Amino acid sequence: MSQALALPRTLELPGGGRLPRVGAVDAVALEARAGELAKRSIKRESKVFALELAIRMMDLTTLEGADTPGKVRAMSAKAVHPDPADPTVPPVAAVCVYPSLVPVARKALRGTTVKVASVATAFPSGQAPLDVKLADVRAAVEAGAHEIDMVIDRGAFLSGRIGHVYDEVVAVKEACRDAHLKVILETGELGTYDAVRRASLVAIAGGADFIKTSTGKVSPAATLPVTLCMLEVIRDVHDETGLVIGMKPAGGIRTAKQAIQYLCVLHETLGPEWLTPDLFRFGASSLLNDVLLQLRKQRTGIYRSPDEFTLD
Amino acid sequence: MGAVEKPRDALPVTAGWEYASSLEGREIVSFEERYGLFIGGDHVTPRSRSWFTTVSPSTEEPLAEVAQAGPRDVALAVEAAQEAFERWSTWRPAERAKVLFRIARVLQERARELAVAESLDGGKPIKESRDVDLPLAAAHFFYYAGWADKLEYAFPGRRPRPLGVAAQIVPWNFPLLMLAWKIAPALACGNTVVLKPAETTPLTALLFADVCRQAEVPPGVVNIVTGDGSTGAHLVRADGIAKVAFTGSTEVGKAIQRELAGRDIPLTLELGGKAANIVFDDCALDQAVEGIVNGIYFNQGHVCCAGSRLLVQESIHDQLVRKLKRRMATLRVGDPLDKNTDVGAINSKAQLDRITELVQSGTDEGAELYQPPCRLPEKGWWFAPTVFTNVAQSHRIAQEEIFGPVLSVLTFRTPDEAVEKANNTMYGLSAGVWTEKGSRILWMADRLRSGVVWGNTFNRFDPASPFGGYKESGFGREGGRHGLEAYLRFE
Repeated sequence: MSQALALPRTLELPGGGRLPRVGAVDAVALEARAGELAKRSIKRESKVFALELAIRMMDLTTLEGADTPGKVRAMSAKAVHPDPADPTVPPVAAVCVYPSLVPVARKALRGTTVKVASVATAFPSGQAPLDVKLADVRAAVEAGAHEIDMVIDRGAFLSGRIGHVYDEVVAVKEACRDAHLKVILETGELGTYDAVRRASLVAIAGGADFIKTSTGKVSPAATLPVTLCMLEVIRDVHDETGLVIGMKPAGGIRTAKQAIQYLCVLHETLGPEWLTPDLFRFGASSLLNDVLLQLRKQRTGIYRSPDEFTLD
Repeated sequence: MGAVEKPRDALPVTAGWEYASSLEGREIVSFEERYGLFIGGDHVTPRSRSWFTTVSPSTEEPLAEVAQAGPRDVALAVEAAQEAFERWSTWRPAERAKVLFRIARVLQERARELAVAESLDGGKPIKESRDVDLPLAAAHFFYYAGWADKLEYAFPGRRPRPLGVAAQIVPWNFPLLMLAWKIAPALACGNTVVLKPAETTPLTALLFADVCRQAEVPPGVVNIVTGDGSTGAHLVRADGIAKVAFTGSTEVGKAIQRELAGRDIPLTLELGGKAANIVFDDCALDQAVEGIVNGIYFNQGHVCCAGSRLLVQESIHDQLVRKLKRRMATLRVGDPLDKNTDVGAINSKAQLDRITELVQSGTDEGAELYQPPCRLPEKGWWFAPTVFTNVAQSHRIAQEEIFGPVLSVLTFRTPDEAVEKANNTMYGLSAGVWTEKGSRILWMADRLRSGVVWGNTFNRFDPASPFGGYKESGFGREGGRHGLEAYLRFE
């Protein structure tokens, strides 16, 4: 039975030593539930709250081969003042860049609340020897990254070497020191929700502070059902151990409407306690402008031209 | 360095998180002040000269006056149907199919109007009438339209022939959908019908009369007589009927069967249920919780195949119940026309009284009651979603059909025990099995004495799939090819 999978040591529970249940996921019902939640409509005042929250939860991201210091400086400016015309719009949670650009981002964001997150561990494929991955992490942390977004070794996971995946997460967590660790599962490559559930548990057991869906380089990236699946893992872990783990859907979330659907799923699955940037992030590059547009609409009643919002 | 602080001391963030009341507009429906009977293609004043008012169970507001058909009215309706049968039964089957296709199309075109009417008159949430009742009702007509000219292939070599006038009585839980289940196969096979909708939910059947007019159903092929139980009794006793099909309570079903004893009239009964929803410890737990919620709180539990007995493997009982209670707290009870509503109004005062009485018996007999905190509207008839734990097989709430949003949780240890407990009931309409093991679903399905067994889902319907009961849940099948057989004789 599915419980038989031996779990990483850290998930053994205090008191009772009961083995937690890996459990299974039924794809049809999971997708039906996500579809149902996507149909909820929220009140106008709640919408303003939700849109502002989505901004505060955003990891504004650029992860291109063509990234330059100039691009990162521009994005950082936008992260602090997403809407220069409306100073009440809050800054985003973090910017997310490659390790080599962490110093640029740190400098540009000095004195602000916006954190710097860096991908590492041979992002996006994770196909490098462990010491290279760890060197990547250490370099990013030394350059000043507050948060590290690592990728799991999907090759190892899919070939059944789950212990290897776990060991890597543990090693990366250690290399992170005080930096906050988000573990990217790359759900689009895992194939089933059962695998997503298992990978989520392995990541959490290894020390993830957040679990994250995707690199954004693989399609499908974040989806509502896969996010619901991971939130259910977080809920189970919290029930069993009291551990509080965060969630970051990333990639493919481009509209304010989608963002609100994610927040509905979050709210109904984990409750109001999780509606905070400390425990939920959106990894996105193009979402912000649509949220700003919708926020302006809620406040003024008028849809403005997209040209009024900067493209940084 | 600023690692993100995890404890959430700050931010009273969620004060603002509320769902909008997103109301489906009711302007789309206009009820007449008073409805006559639909006989021979016309709305006629009842000979009984008697009327009653149908109200909205969510507001108690009167919606329309409806005729109370007496024996003379019923006789007229049957005569009209007999007369129409002479021609309708000789139509080319492909022409009959066209009529059914047209009905299906008109149902789709008027889906929003009919969904709103259904929610107003019956109290069910708009998301269910919109997403379940109406699409399925149309699907039934589409499906049986396809069979109309293929009956010889459905029953090769048996020379299928229509029966005549079918007397059909439908309940109040799925008024229009049950009407579709009854009328579509009857018409496809060349019969004509006299249909009696339930006393508390006659309006969509009366709107259906207009659908028939639009779809150019020949006069007299579909007749609708409204009224209380006495109208149904007149219909069953009427001369000239050739078939009785009834969906409703086991008590009335038995009375009908007694009434028909000695008459050569075939009967289909779809009666009550006390379905077991059986959850094994290896199942996908969160999805099972969804299925349990859908199994019992769908349509306020006014579902004959509702999963009202939850049989949980003892090893996961506590975890499952905890998850279930938490999920119940997110159910939204209220205005049926609000698109965010999950649980609507109880259909009638009488039904509410029955639910209340049975729930009281549960508490008295020692079961443990849980209801999530929820504010019920002041007007109308409401009952909060309820779950009983610590239920024994001998408790009334484990035996009797409650027909409300009330779940009884029992436990089992082995698959054999699950089968034994699931079958230990007078009913046998449906069951659900939740496990990751496909072979176990089949093993269980072989042993469960119920007409429908759902695997890792619940309350799923499809016109192609036959539906019906064992034991006191009735006999005969509706839906699928099997559903045709009830409306045919074989030469």
